[in-house]
Amino acid sequence: MDLVQLQRQLVDYKTSLYNEGFLDEQFTQLQELQDENNPDFVVEVVSLFFEDSERLLNELTKALEQQSVDFKRVDAHVHQLKGSSSSIGAQRVQKVCIAFRNYCEEQNIEGCVKCLQQVRHEYSLVKTKLESMFQLQQQILSAGGSIPM
Amino acid sequence: MAADSEFHVLAVDDSIIDRKLIERLLKTSSFQVTTVDSGSKALEFLGLHEDDGIINTNTPSVSPNNHQEVEVNLVITDYCMPGMTGYDLLKKIKESSSLKNIPVVIMSSENVPSRISRCLEEGAEEFLLKPVRLSDLNKLRPHMLKTKIKDHQEPEKQDKEEKQQQPQSNNNNRKAMEEGISTEKIRPRLNGITAMV
Repeated sequence: MDLVQLQRQLVDYKTSLYNEGFLDEQFTQLQELQDENNPDFVVEVVSLFFEDSERLLNELTKALEQQSVDFKRVDAHVHQLKGSSSSIGAQRVQKVCIAFRNYCEEQNIEGCVKCLQQVRHEYSLVKTKLESMFQLQQQILSAGGSIPM
Repeated sequence: MAADSEFHVLAVDDSIIDRKLIERLLKTSSFQVTTVDSGSKALEFLGLHEDDGIINTNTPSVSPNNHQEVEVNLVITDYCMPGMTGYDLLKKIKESSSLKNIPVVIMSSENVPSRISRCLEEGAEEFLLKPVRLSDLNKLRPHMLKTKIKDHQEPEKQDKEEKQQQPQSNNNNRKAMEEGISTEKIRPRLNGITAMV
């Protein structure tokens, strides 16, 4: 595939991510903070998000497996996940977190377990998509092109 | 580089993602930045020792027992943090004779009017909703400039009228802190501050 096609593909891909609600305006804000002096800013923040989310998802799984579920603890983890997904613009993850917090407040274990499944799913989707996007960006850069923003 | 155009901001947030973000936002706005991950580390960085933490009206503020290595022109802190909340940190700063003139800004992902008014009443200059944007940071410089000028004048003026984000509720719940942490012990000789500049 030639450079122009790659760049085209990237733009289309990004647009679809916004249209499908995977990313929101905050992601655009992140990109605007990237420049020649900080060329890897977005990848770095997103990588931190991946690491942190995986930690939180593990904690949530453990917390919900307990005999007696500590909903305050579960809520605290979800609050963190909600915050970090909001900070990078991972809108669909953030939305599930909002529902998740409501179930925590109601101390509804079934609701919580369902939300955990949902949030894992949304997280894995956005992770795959962002990784694909980064790969595409890397291909463009390797081909000597610049990233259309 | 002119020294007075370089303001140093201390950013406090327990989220590693948000620390990275606020650091980039602040640097893009041409501020010098130090980030820490907790209120207690912030106080340590600011040089606040245990005896300063207790309200001591007999301590003259003429000769500050200021152990700060670096001057901090503004503290920007997350509200929801485990242990010491942003509100607790704000209180400690405002109760300290050596630190009370440092402007403090609170950030929160939750838009809770009573929380906002409580922070503003306690002396926070601004309350920013997360995710924080570059445009929000434009509000910070005036507060830092004001302090530089203030240092040459009477330090006790409080311009409450200038607070923009004031909801109409008149809450007198200064003592109603969520986590109930008002007597946090500050250990003066902690090592290993994870400060990123």
